[in-house]
Amino acid sequence: MNNLVKDLKKVEQAATRDGCGKALVELGKNKDVVVLCCDLTESTRMQWFKEKYPERFFEVGVAEQNMMGIAAGLALSGKIPFAASYAVFSPGRNWDQLRVSVAYSQANVKIVGAHAGISVGPDGATHQALEDIAITRVLPNMTVIVPTDAVEARKATIASAKIKGPVYLRFGRAKMPVITTEKTGFKVGRAEVFREGKDVAIIACGQLVYEALIAAEKLEKEEISVRVINNHTIKPLDTKTILKAAKETNAIVTAEEHQVHGGLGSCIAEFLSGNYPVPIKIVGVKDRFGESGEPEELLKKYGLKSNDLIKAVKEVLKMKRR
Amino acid sequence: MKITNIKRLKEKANLIRQDIIKALVKAGSGHSAGPLDMADIFTALYFNILNHNPKEPNWKDRDRLILSCGHICPVRYVTMAHAGYFPKKEIFTLRKLGTRLQGHPHNLSLPGAENTGGPLGQGISQAIGMALAARLNKQKHWIYCITSDGEHDEGQTWEAILFAGKNKLNNLINILDRNNIQIDGNTEEIMPLEPLRKKYEAFNWHVIEIDGHNIKEFIDAISQAKAIYEKPTVIIAHTIPGKGVDFMEYNYEWHGKPPSPEEAKKALHELRTLQGKIKSEHE
Repeated sequence: MNNLVKDLKKVEQAATRDGCGKALVELGKNKDVVVLCCDLTESTRMQWFKEKYPERFFEVGVAEQNMMGIAAGLALSGKIPFAASYAVFSPGRNWDQLRVSVAYSQANVKIVGAHAGISVGPDGATHQALEDIAITRVLPNMTVIVPTDAVEARKATIASAKIKGPVYLRFGRAKMPVITTEKTGFKVGRAEVFREGKDVAIIACGQLVYEALIAAEKLEKEEISVRVINNHTIKPLDTKTILKAAKETNAIVTAEEHQVHGGLGSCIAEFLSGNYPVPIKIVGVKDRFGESGEPEELLKKYGLKSNDLIKAVKEVLKMKRR
Repeated sequence: MKITNIKRLKEKANLIRQDIIKALVKAGSGHSAGPLDMADIFTALYFNILNHNPKEPNWKDRDRLILSCGHICPVRYVTMAHAGYFPKKEIFTLRKLGTRLQGHPHNLSLPGAENTGGPLGQGISQAIGMALAARLNKQKHWIYCITSDGEHDEGQTWEAILFAGKNKLNNLINILDRNNIQIDGNTEEIMPLEPLRKKYEAFNWHVIEIDGHNIKEFIDAISQAKAIYEKPTVIIAHTIPGKGVDFMEYNYEWHGKPPSPEEAKKALHELRTLQGKIKSEHE
């Protein structure tokens, strides 16, 4: 369904940052597109744009606050700046500049938050952004997108250039399963149902969508029918698809590579509590900092694998009233 | 509405100071010292230096005036009203519900306000972005940025100064209001900034120091800055906080408060009599 890859057991692996890098090279045809980076040009994949369009690439040095302000000034002059760094630094370190110079000013800046999530791995907690969804979605005027894989990352980056206003794009460092194809539907603000199901819905973003699909396959063998929704746009939330899922399944599990507080799960709970309350289990990092380790080890240790989702599904089914 | 006569510009600055007092007393909150000390410079900018059109605030080739220290916005608002951006009576809506004249300026609330400012250090980065955009577009307009001395405590300010120096942004002119005060006291006690000239020079800027109340000197400094091709320029404008109102001058306590109605009366009297030099007070 939805033109996903045919066999989830034989997926390719690619990093979402690569999808962003590719998209920017394509976007470079538009002379208004400019890129800024804070001394992380290679690892954020901004290098690819820099090589092709050096006159429109600005090296800001290790100065994220300045980068966000410069991006705002460029945007207020009609440019479409993509400002890139690791998510812990931008929007982590320059949140005030994001709030005032960009969001409040409605400056047309695209914030590229690379190396988000615990799967950053060996660099450890200082470099693992687990709070970036919370601090971006709380700001008025922001669009927040968490692509599920490298193919979707490319589409999301291209789509963001067409939005007039600030957009936060979240990317990961590690390679992760590529589950979508060029034909898979993608529209900012529209959640995609990747698998139909009636007993419970898993609403996920980022690479947790893959884990949700694996969990759904396993649960099918236990005759539990799981709907899987790729909720790549955290803001604006596709309330229609979420409401439909709540009404038809009456049990929700959310899944994200982010703190359980303030992220996708909070977002779904905020919406459903006031519109159609159903039991919700939020799967994410449980209010703690990460640590060094290999991405897979960390995803396991911090409870972000399909087995954790299966456990959450079973718990939420017990709470289900209707 | 260009004014070339220095005496006329000084008179205009005096009227702008009076309206700043009137707007502040009506607002009941806001900053006094900074707006008063920058009145001469704002008058010179809007009535002599800027290439702008109050009837077309979004004209793409206009000079940009970025106010980084957003808290001194009363001087910008009042000068804009005098220049014809909006009716003068609107200055009495300052800080009131529904106003376009927000307590700290918002680019979308007021056409011509150019940027959002308040949290210090952000405007100079925005000005740099505009300077880069102008360079990419091969546009010839100038980007002026007003910064306070206090905001040079902010790390972002120095990040921006480094960047502008590296990139030789000669279309950027930073006008630094060196009034030596900030909210908690005198700058050199709160966080010493000197030697400012040497610091800017070390960051590859051209530096001009002027008496910020000498309009002629300021206009000449702008001409000089425009002739510098290899560097951005900072004009360190030495000013007297609260300039024109005797009981406010040099006193940091007037950084962040408005006059009471009684004090406003006294302040207006001083401005109208040029601090007692003129006996026959005029309206």
